[in-house]
Amino acid sequence: MHPQNNVVLHVADVHKRFGGLHALADIDLQVEEGKTHAIIGPNGAGKSTLLNVIIGRLPPTSGAVIFDGTILTGKKPHEINQLGVARVFQTPEIFSDLSVLQNVMTPAFARRDGAFKINMFRQVDNEHEIREEAEAMLEDVGLISRREVHAGALSRGDKRRLELAMCLIQKPRLLLLDEPTAGMSRHDTNTTIELLKKIKARGMTKIIIEHDMHVVFSLADKISVLAGGRIIAEGLPEEVRGDPRVQEAYLGGAH
Amino acid sequence: MTSFMSRKDFILFAGFTIVVLLLPILAAPFGAAYPDLLQRFMIYGIFAVGFNILFGLTGYLSFGHAAFFGVGSYAAMWSFKLLSINALPALIFAVIIAGLFALAIGYVSLRRSGIYFSILTLAFAQMSYNLAYSVLTPITNGETGLRMTLQDPRALDRLFFEASPGAPVPSIFGMSLSGWNGFYFTALFMIATFFLAMRINNSPFGMMLKGIKSNQNRMNYTGFNTRPYTLTAFVISGMLAGLAGALLVVTDPLAGAERMRWTASGEVVLMTILGGVGTLVGPVIGAMMIKYFENIFSSFNANVLNNFYSFLPDGVREVMVTISSKFVGEGWHLSLGLIFVLIVMFLPGGVMEGVRRIAASFNRRANGNKAEARVATAPAE
Repeated sequence: MHPQNNVVLHVADVHKRFGGLHALADIDLQVEEGKTHAIIGPNGAGKSTLLNVIIGRLPPTSGAVIFDGTILTGKKPHEINQLGVARVFQTPEIFSDLSVLQNVMTPAFARRDGAFKINMFRQVDNEHEIREEAEAMLEDVGLISRREVHAGALSRGDKRRLELAMCLIQKPRLLLLDEPTAGMSRHDTNTTIELLKKIKARGMTKIIIEHDMHVVFSLADKISVLAGGRIIAEGLPEEVRGDPRVQEAYLGGAH
Repeated sequence: MTSFMSRKDFILFAGFTIVVLLLPILAAPFGAAYPDLLQRFMIYGIFAVGFNILFGLTGYLSFGHAAFFGVGSYAAMWSFKLLSINALPALIFAVIIAGLFALAIGYVSLRRSGIYFSILTLAFAQMSYNLAYSVLTPITNGETGLRMTLQDPRALDRLFFEASPGAPVPSIFGMSLSGWNGFYFTALFMIATFFLAMRINNSPFGMMLKGIKSNQNRMNYTGFNTRPYTLTAFVISGMLAGLAGALLVVTDPLAGAERMRWTASGEVVLMTILGGVGTLVGPVIGAMMIKYFENIFSSFNANVLNNFYSFLPDGVREVMVTISSKFVGEGWHLSLGLIFVLIVMFLPGGVMEGVRRIAASFNRRANGNKAEARVATAPAE
């Protein structure tokens, strides 16, 4: 094993305290290029805190997050995104007042034009390339027939799919998914798994936080188990599944 | 043409232009067809369209836009006094100064959002008002207001010709801007402003602004640095407010501090909401409505009311006149408030929402008729 060779994200010795609460302790996580890395753990284990530290929403108390040689700690969300990190939220963050198509075109502009550009005298109608790209993306996630609908009118499952499309159109190097199938029907969950498998084939690195073991074991190349703010186990899915500490902490002996 | 402007936009723009240019005829049945009122329609229309670029697109509600309007007025007046009675340099100067002013105020205010942003802009505007009213009297001439005098240096004019006798009035390359000339002059700027607003609205930049209004958090995580976007929108709307303020001085050469008061800032908010926030035409309609009602209601007095109710018996008439008189003349704001409440309650999207609803019901009826026609003809075939 030469983990240093193709590690794209390194969470190095991160601690996070909220007052007296030690939300994250001694977190050391290495995510390899092209792999899907799942983070699982019981409620309150610190999964979302970890994701927020990675994306720059919360500053760590100590330690650093290094993405492809760049220290993310202290950078603003838009800077982190421009480096190639995109995030799907637990509750979909979309532009409810814009059409589905505009929702997907907007991130495409961010990728093409950068964090700020005064594009005042061009017209959206003439941006054929971006429009075609967005339509192809909607085709992929199965929302093409709803492209002119206001995004706020979509069902919850469709909103999640839309948010995923908004992240994917940026072709990020690292995609963070916070419970991408929470609240979805079995059918929608399976569609989403298929979709995530498809992007995995394109070589995108992913970190996925998930409760649903079916999703985790269908997708993950590597699993880290978080409990009480610490990583208590890490390894291939089958290793983690068999680990007695994990069963005790998380699966509660149900397996 | 298709690559320059879509067919729909072209029709909208052409329609808008025609309506504006025909206003002297179209406004006649309403008793509004005189240049003084129509040019105020245009000036406040520009103000509201500019305001809507900030409020309508980004959702940032500024309560201090009258400051930029006032700064534009003073800047234009100083251009008249120092440079030339030509309106063009005055307008350019006013837009630049208002833009710089907006840059400074926007830079600070946009560090906060929501109600805090509104309060910051309000505070800055009240500070500007107080500066203009008392502290900066040498520049603004305090409560008397700034006007042109025969003693003004007017350096550019003096280069070319001797001071003309009589009080100086603004003009454009020697052409007077009083009366209908003034209206058409302001109308040109109204049309240009509308064109600009339309281009911004349909541009990627406009889409980003709408994204900021819809979900600023997502914009940040999508890789946009939102602050320069909001600041650009703020400065553009500040410059248009300055343009409007300057045009007001062009048509009525007196710059006073009361134009910067918070009521003036509130008025442009009312105009935009009344017409329809975030729509292109709405703010213009709102501005016209408020200026029209201001003119009509405030001109009513007891005599007019007595005539209006002359068909009623004496006792009833006096009661009606007493009640109504509270809503007209000095009290016309009561009527305005009433209209505003009704619109916000029943048409939260403003007049433009009403227009949309009517259009939708017509469409439905037309489609319904078509469907019926199809059913009716089906057996005959």
